[in-house]
Formats: sequence, C-alpha cells, structure tokens
Amino acid sequence: MDLTYTEEEEAFRAGLREWLASVLPRLPARPSPQDWPARRAYDTSWQRMLYDAGYGHVHWDAPPTQRLIFLEETEKAGAPYVGANFVGLLHAGPTIASEGTPEQRERWLPPVLRGDEVWCQGFSEPDAGSDLASLRTRAWRDGDHYVVSGSKIWTSHAEVADWCELLVRTAPVSEAVPKHRGITWLAMPMDAPGITVRPLRTLAGSTEFAEVFLDEVRVPAANRVGAENDGWRVTMVTLSYERGTAFVGEVVACRRVLGEIAREARANGRWDDVALRRRLGRLGAEFTALWRLTQWNVSEAQRTGGVPGVGGSVFKLRYSHARQELYDAAAEVLGADALDLGHAWNLDRLSSLSYTIAAGTSQIQQNIVAERILGLPKGR
Amino acid sequence: MDFQLTDEQRALRSGMRDILAGRFSLRDAVDRVDRALWKELGEAGFFSLALPEERGGVGLGLPEAVLAFEEAGRALLPGPAVASFLAAGEVEGAWSGDAVVTAVDGTLVPWLAEADAVQGDVSGAVALRSVDPLTPLHRVPGPPRPGRGALLYAAEQLGSAARTCEMAVRYAGDREQFGQPIGAFQAVKHLCARMLVRAEVARAAVYAAAVTRDTREIRGAKLLADDAAVRNARDCLQVHGGMGFTWESEVHLHLKRAWVRAELGQRADEAQEALAAAL
Repeated sequence: MDLTYTEEEEAFRAGLREWLASVLPRLPARPSPQDWPARRAYDTSWQRMLYDAGYGHVHWDAPPTQRLIFLEETEKAGAPYVGANFVGLLHAGPTIASEGTPEQRERWLPPVLRGDEVWCQGFSEPDAGSDLASLRTRAWRDGDHYVVSGSKIWTSHAEVADWCELLVRTAPVSEAVPKHRGITWLAMPMDAPGITVRPLRTLAGSTEFAEVFLDEVRVPAANRVGAENDGWRVTMVTLSYERGTAFVGEVVACRRVLGEIAREARANGRWDDVALRRRLGRLGAEFTALWRLTQWNVSEAQRTGGVPGVGGSVFKLRYSHARQELYDAAAEVLGADALDLGHAWNLDRLSSLSYTIAAGTSQIQQNIVAERILGLPKGR
Repeated sequence: MDFQLTDEQRALRSGMRDILAGRFSLRDAVDRVDRALWKELGEAGFFSLALPEERGGVGLGLPEAVLAFEEAGRALLPGPAVASFLAAGEVEGAWSGDAVVTAVDGTLVPWLAEADAVQGDVSGAVALRSVDPLTPLHRVPGPPRPGRGALLYAAEQLGSAARTCEMAVRYAGDREQFGQPIGAFQAVKHLCARMLVRAEVARAAVYAAAVTRDTREIRGAKLLADDAAVRNARDCLQVHGGMGFTWESEVHLHLKRAWVRAELGQRADEAQEALAAAL
C-alpha cells in the first residue's frame, strides 16, 4: 500500500499546475445553466484549450493515476468541469474507443477530444429508466439505414448536442429474444430530420435535460457500434465508465465546500451547536474516506488495466448520499438564508437531489452490489 | 501511487487468518485468555510486528499491524490484544506473548483480572457486569485517561464489519422463505449491500490512515470503523431473524464486542469534535 506518487506522476502534476495557473486567470466566468448554447461554447472552448495543451485525452488513455491527478488539480485550481462534453468525453468516447471499429474511432473520437462535437445520451425512456432493458424505441432496417421511432427522456444537453448515443430495440421481445437481447447501440446525428427536442425544467429551475421525440429518423447502419442486438453488452461498458469515473473530481470539491461551511458556521454563531458541529466533523471523516476509496479503486483499475469494475457502485452509493448530507448541513448552518436561491449552496443543495437517482438509482446500485459483488440471488 | 495490498501483505493476512481459524471456541473462551494461543501468536510475531529488528521485532510497519488486527477482529480474538501489542518493547514478555498486558483506556480496563501487567493507575477499579461475555471490564474512578491504539481498534472493527457482512450474505443465500432464498428479496439484499459499502468505506479509511499515520485520518478511520462494526452487526442480526436473537448465534458477540471497542482507543464524540476543530 503506497500513497506516494512517483516522480513521473509528480512531474505531470507540476506541469499541470503551472499550465492551469497560466490560463485560468484569463478565463471568463461560466455562463448560467439557463443558457445552454453559451455554456456549450464555453465548455467546448475549455476542452479545446485542454486539447491544445496536451490534456485532451486524459479521460481515456492516460494511466488512471494521471487521470486522478488531473481531476484533483483542476478542481483545486477552480478550473471548469467537463460540462456539456460530459457524455462525449466520459461515456460515448470511451465506449467507441473500446467497442468501435477503426473507422468509427477515427470519425468520432478526435472531434470529441478537440471540443468540436458534443454528445448526449439517449438511454432512458418514459417507461424504461431504472429498468433500462425495457426500452421500446424501435429501429428497423431499410437498406443501409436504420429507421428509428420512439422517445427518450432525461437526455442531458440534448438541445446543444451534435450526436446521441442511442439505444434502440432491433428485435421484438419474445420467448426467443429476452428483453436484454434485441437492443442495439447507435450513434445518431442530432440534426437528422424527424428529431424533436423539448427541454424539461429541473426542480432547480434549470433546463439541463430534455425529452427527445424520434419520428422515423434515418441513421446509417455504419453508425452501429457493436453487433446488431448486442447493444446491452456495449451499454454495460458505457455504464461502468459512468459509475467508475464520473464523480471522482467532485469529492475534492466537497472537501473544499465543507471547509467553507465550517467557516460560515464559526462566523454566524452556529458553531456553538454541538450536534451540528459534530455532524460537520463526521462529514470531514466521510469525504476523506471517499477520497481514499477513490484512490483504492483507481489503483485497482491501474493494476488490472481494464474497464472500471463494479467497485464504482460502492463509491457512487455512499458518495451520492454524503453529498446530500453535506448540503443539508450547509442549509442548517445558513438557517433562514437556506431559503435564498441567491446563495450558491442552495442551488447545489437542489441539484444534489438528483445524485441518488441519476446514473442508476441508489436502489439499483444496491441490487448491483448485492448480486454482482456479494453473489446474492436475483429475485423480486 | 499503488494503494493496494502487496503480495507480502496478502500473505501476512492469510497467515494470520490460518493461525486464528478454528483455534478457539468462542463459548469456551469466556472470562479467560487462551495462553497457548497467546504464546503462539507471540511466536508468529503478532505482538512484535512493528518492533524494530534490532529490538527483537519483525520490523514491519503500521499497515502490516492493521492487517493482522483486522484478522483478530474477524475472528473475535478474546484478550487485550491491542494493549499487549502496544506494550511490546515496554513490558517484559509482551512481545513474545508470555505476558498478557492490559491498560487503562478512558474509564475502562478490559481483562484486568487476567492480565500479568497493567499500564495505568487502577486503584479503586470496580468490576462491571460486562455486556460482552468475551471481554471482562473494570471501571476506574476519576477523569477519563486518553486511550491508545485507536487505529488498531479500528482495524479490529473493520475485520468484524467485514465478517458480519459475510455471515449475513451466507445466511441470506441459504435461508429460504416464501419458496426462495431470503437474499432474493430486495429488502434483505439492500441491507447486505449497505453492509458491504460500510465495510469498504471503512477499509479505505483504515488502510490509508495506516499508511499516512496522519492523526486526523486515524480519528476518521476509528469513527467510520466503529460505525461499520456496530451497524453491520445489527443488520446481520436482523438478516438472521429470530435465530439472530439467540445466544447460540455468534452475531450478538460481534455486536457486543463492537460496542466495547467503540469505547476504547477513541470515542465517536471525541473524534467528531477533533475533526470539526480541524475543519
């Protein structure tokens, strides 16, 4: 067990710090979540800066430890997060890199890395969220195209995306075709005729996700990643990336916010509340442990050299709840000011409510842990 | 950075597990230390793991000690193992397992009557009817004395938390109700999943604290490991149903020992206050 970084890793950290210190002061403020076209432009230009400086690939083929250092240092320096590039960089990109043909990798990966193209995720449907395999959006073959009809929901950044990682049903469910079979993974261009995007408002008041209606949309068969009807397996690759890596950088931010909450409590007198003070102390232990668990998982991935394992579910379960507890504690420190959306903590408190739902609810994650790690039987 | 066990550390852990496996019946161990096992542990280097080689020790570090104590916790090893370990190099015979050493910790002294040596002032000590049948306890008057060995107690708590998770999972896979193993029901499945999450978060905290030796990390590790051991034992008892409430099942022994360890080394309120002060 070794928590010290190698000379090479420390050199990478030092170079990154220096670069961040040189570019961040010139960066304008990030546009509000009410204005996604402006956010897209902001997020993609940040990605382009990373690419030009040689950090564009860091989420994919850099060693996991280097990626951890990247996330730690960018967060500490207050650099922008992936934002609108989230799906392309963290889900679709790694999936195409691992499951796509050489032509597909050549077509789609460089534009994501350069920040030229933005992806969204067309997985969930009104009747197939947690039960993803029940999806009903159909696709049938017409020559060298698939024709797709149906609808998707909770599609983040759909109105500013160029591509959609789309799951469709290519074989109807029957005795011969159970629901996990018969699913295909397609890259759908978002400017194709027949696509209607209707933004949804979140409870935090922003419009970061949307409903997407598909009416006989023609998608070239060459855009299929993996074999026809083998999309479930490809999807599991995507989801393990999502759970294994997507929340890592935020743990650093939570530790910083906890320090700010403690400072506020000391300033406004709430620190004298023993129960509240002890809760904050406990959260300190919690986020330190989650950071160590992150390092444990990253070291494991580095040793096995593979796709992140189900250990990501253990992390995601605990982290998503800890994040909610953090902002509940912030609200208790703020008192009546917790009702003022002008304070950033209160918006963060509202968005933290999605953490136990998105990317697999806590209940689904518990099933995954119980069945795939502990080996308990599947059941009702 | 390579935050995983080395091959040597894995070997040490499984060696320790082998020594403890089936070596004592928990019920026979009531109120006495198994001196033969204590001596065997001493010969295997358990008490002298962290002593430098020039002083007759094994010369390993805190991470190795933590792995050994994790196994002691798994097996519910009876006896003042933490105090004896800390006394190696200070009290004659402690490192070899010839002397059983205990210490005043907070306001408690475990295993006072069985110990060959005691560290701290035990005048006026009064015997308690200990909640844990495997840990006799005395209480000493006066202000609490700060405990030592918080991280080693945390490692024992981790071992216990992992063990009760395994016990619950095995029982949930075997026990059938309504025509299927109870582990197929989500209500039971989710209890088990949360047990694993608690144990794994505590594991990351305990192992990292052993590597960094950072005071704050040790405090946090003890806090999370106490919580994992106590709550996992309770959930394990719940999964075992009526069987879990019987004296014959071993589940209550894990819970009661976890309660005892939560009072030793460092209590939760102390850890929380100290961690808050450092924010």
